Amino acid sequence: MTNPFLIRPYGDTLNDGAVQLSFTLPVKADALGKEAAKELVLKMGFEKAEVVLAENLGGEFSFFIVYGKTPIAINLRDIKVVDLPIEYMHREETDAYIEKHLGRSIVVVGATIESDAHTVGLDAILNMKGFHGDYGLERYHHFSVTNMGSQVPCEDLIRKSIEVNADVVLISQIVTQKNIHIQQMVRLIEMIEAEGARDRFLVVAGGPRISHALALELGYDAGFGPGTLPSHVASFIAREICARSGKEGL
Amino acid sequence: MIQLDDQLVQKTKQLAQTIIQPIQRFVQTHTTLSIERTAARYMGVDGEDSDGTPFPNVMIDHLYQKKVLGHGASFWIANGCIQKRCEPQQLAIAVADGLDLTSVPIMPKNEIDDYLEGFAQMAIDRILSIRDERNQMLHDLGDPLRPLRYVIVATGNIHEDTQQAKAAVTQGADVIAVIRSTAQSLLEYVPYGATTEGFGGTYASQENFRIMRRALDESGKEAGRYIRLVNYASGLCMPEIAMMASWEGLDFLLNDSMYGILFRDINMKRTLIDQYFSRMICALAHITINTGEDNYLTTSDAIEKAYAVTASQLINEAFAKAAGMEERFMGLGHAFEIDPDIENGFLYELAHALLTRQLFPYATPKYMPPTKYMTGNIFKGFIMNAMFNLAAILTGQDIQLLGMPTEAIHTPYLQDRYLALTNANYIFGTARGLKEEIQIKSGGWIEQRANEVLAQALNLLEHTAEVGLMKAIEEGQFADISRPRDGGKGLEGVIIKEDSYCNPFFDKIESMLLPAGAHHD
Repeated sequence: MTNPFLIRPYGDTLNDGAVQLSFTLPVKADALGKEAAKELVLKMGFEKAEVVLAENLGGEFSFFIVYGKTPIAINLRDIKVVDLPIEYMHREETDAYIEKHLGRSIVVVGATIESDAHTVGLDAILNMKGFHGDYGLERYHHFSVTNMGSQVPCEDLIRKSIEVNADVVLISQIVTQKNIHIQQMVRLIEMIEAEGARDRFLVVAGGPRISHALALELGYDAGFGPGTLPSHVASFIAREICARSGKEGL
Repeated sequence: MIQLDDQLVQKTKQLAQTIIQPIQRFVQTHTTLSIERTAARYMGVDGEDSDGTPFPNVMIDHLYQKKVLGHGASFWIANGCIQKRCEPQQLAIAVADGLDLTSVPIMPKNEIDDYLEGFAQMAIDRILSIRDERNQMLHDLGDPLRPLRYVIVATGNIHEDTQQAKAAVTQGADVIAVIRSTAQSLLEYVPYGATTEGFGGTYASQENFRIMRRALDESGKEAGRYIRLVNYASGLCMPEIAMMASWEGLDFLLNDSMYGILFRDINMKRTLIDQYFSRMICALAHITINTGEDNYLTTSDAIEKAYAVTASQLINEAFAKAAGMEERFMGLGHAFEIDPDIENGFLYELAHALLTRQLFPYATPKYMPPTKYMTGNIFKGFIMNAMFNLAAILTGQDIQLLGMPTEAIHTPYLQDRYLALTNANYIFGTARGLKEEIQIKSGGWIEQRANEVLAQALNLLEHTAEVGLMKAIEEGQFADISRPRDGGKGLEGVIIKEDSYCNPFFDKIESMLLPAGAHHD
């Protein structure tokens, strides 16, 4: 009997544990290099390791593709996840929901902060056009959006948010080299707290390497990872702000 | 391959010229902090003081505070050097120690002019000798086939960057761009020295340029083909970085007439003035500029706003021509950014790529890979990059910034660059002669689409010509981003030139590039 909660990677047979790995080692792609790649994979705990590609990248570097089989299984019952519960609504529904439960527009101020110069994620969520056929927050009747763009100092973002009496402070962080995004996210939240304004705003963050769990850990109200559409963010914000206004529970 | 409506082509090109004329008049009557620092650098001022402030900044900030920059920093430096009997570098050190250049007695104008003539000639001789050296090496080592395979290194340590760059060259890279440290574009100075711990990249500094140039020349000799080096002359220091590139043998510089305004919120007056001098330097040094039209498509939709790319290319071309640049040094930007789920998206991409190619037949377009619709699915991303490469070889593009399968996840791993090059090597090789063998259907969908985009670009240019470029930017006509003419960063660094304004570097370079009197029209 297989335990349906105990799972392993599935290659071509249930529970065969098949995993495909690719990595670079600072060695030549010769017999020694291949053996090093194989040993590495075995030491990772894989039971079988088959080096299917060893390619010289120039200099003393080689690229390997290795297949391994893992004996490790995961029991789904032992796992707890921190997930953002969103009761999803379409744009029209969200607008109607805000109309009904708040009776005014929700004010959102967005930016990519500090050194981050990339607005692609921010614009995907905020701009009229949106992303992947899903309209951005500017398109909604009941969001009043200020998109401050890139490289906005935390000070400026906070000042603007207070000035326009924002309900939501939304940031996007794309660059994650040396965990710069974490330092910057912490800086923002600490400055908002120092201003005594933490309770004034719903503070949310998004980006390719941001998860809800990470955002919560850093003191944010929510985090949005890859694949997030504007309507996801809109649904969450609408319900949360309405709930906070005391007129409607989540 | 397609027939563009000749009338549309003529009209758009004329309108672009009309649009830049008032800007050129404005540019001629103003200077900036960065232009003045460039003059100081061409006179040999370099290094930094004990606080880490670059000496060009020490010197120019002093003159700025004294409100005398309208006469040109060259004048004050020359006057100080003659009176104090020292070199410009020693003078900068004296200024750091408290010397007031405005308190030094003023020399007669002819003596100052004579003194500066020598420096201007030396600066230009060095630009020309570096240029000749590059051209000779290009000739000796051989110019790679087109499209050039362009990859990026971004470790934050220039020495590690050289290792990755060398590895990329052995895999087939023809062009190496060294990514700048995040937010350098907003610095009102160019950092001094080598970077070993940068965020998101290394600084564009003269020393970093030198280190990478040496490494790529070694790689090029080993590989038997010329390897081009790229950096970024955008932001608040466009002319200074162009100056450094002109002395250190860079081949390409990212340099756009409007990018900083729209995407970095740099003041429009500042950018428009700075881009002119920086482009003249590039034009003289034979540095190919790469413009940033791809950015329009990450902000807006690639189909709806395709015309914004075309309009911006036309404006960039007009500005570059006004700076005396030959068309072969214009790497006008465009990008492969259409939603992969759209049916016939590839036909749109071909139409847009052909439009760029044929509207600027003598330019060397810079084609940017998919980024907006890249996801964690690296395998799908790899196919999207293959389609991008196919579009390039099929439409005869020149500079191909290779897409990374892990775009949107992290800065490229060594293996990502290898996979990207494997992709390009395969597609470019296997389809090398395809464009010679096929025809795009005359009057067909692709041709119609290209003309449609051109017609839309014409509308935007007509409006821009009517209200003026600055007003059009204020209205948010480009990239849906509105920037006020007196907003943004760097406006305080815009200075009105006095009648006596003196900048022999600017004047000499301008006179070499433009027929006499052309710039006074």
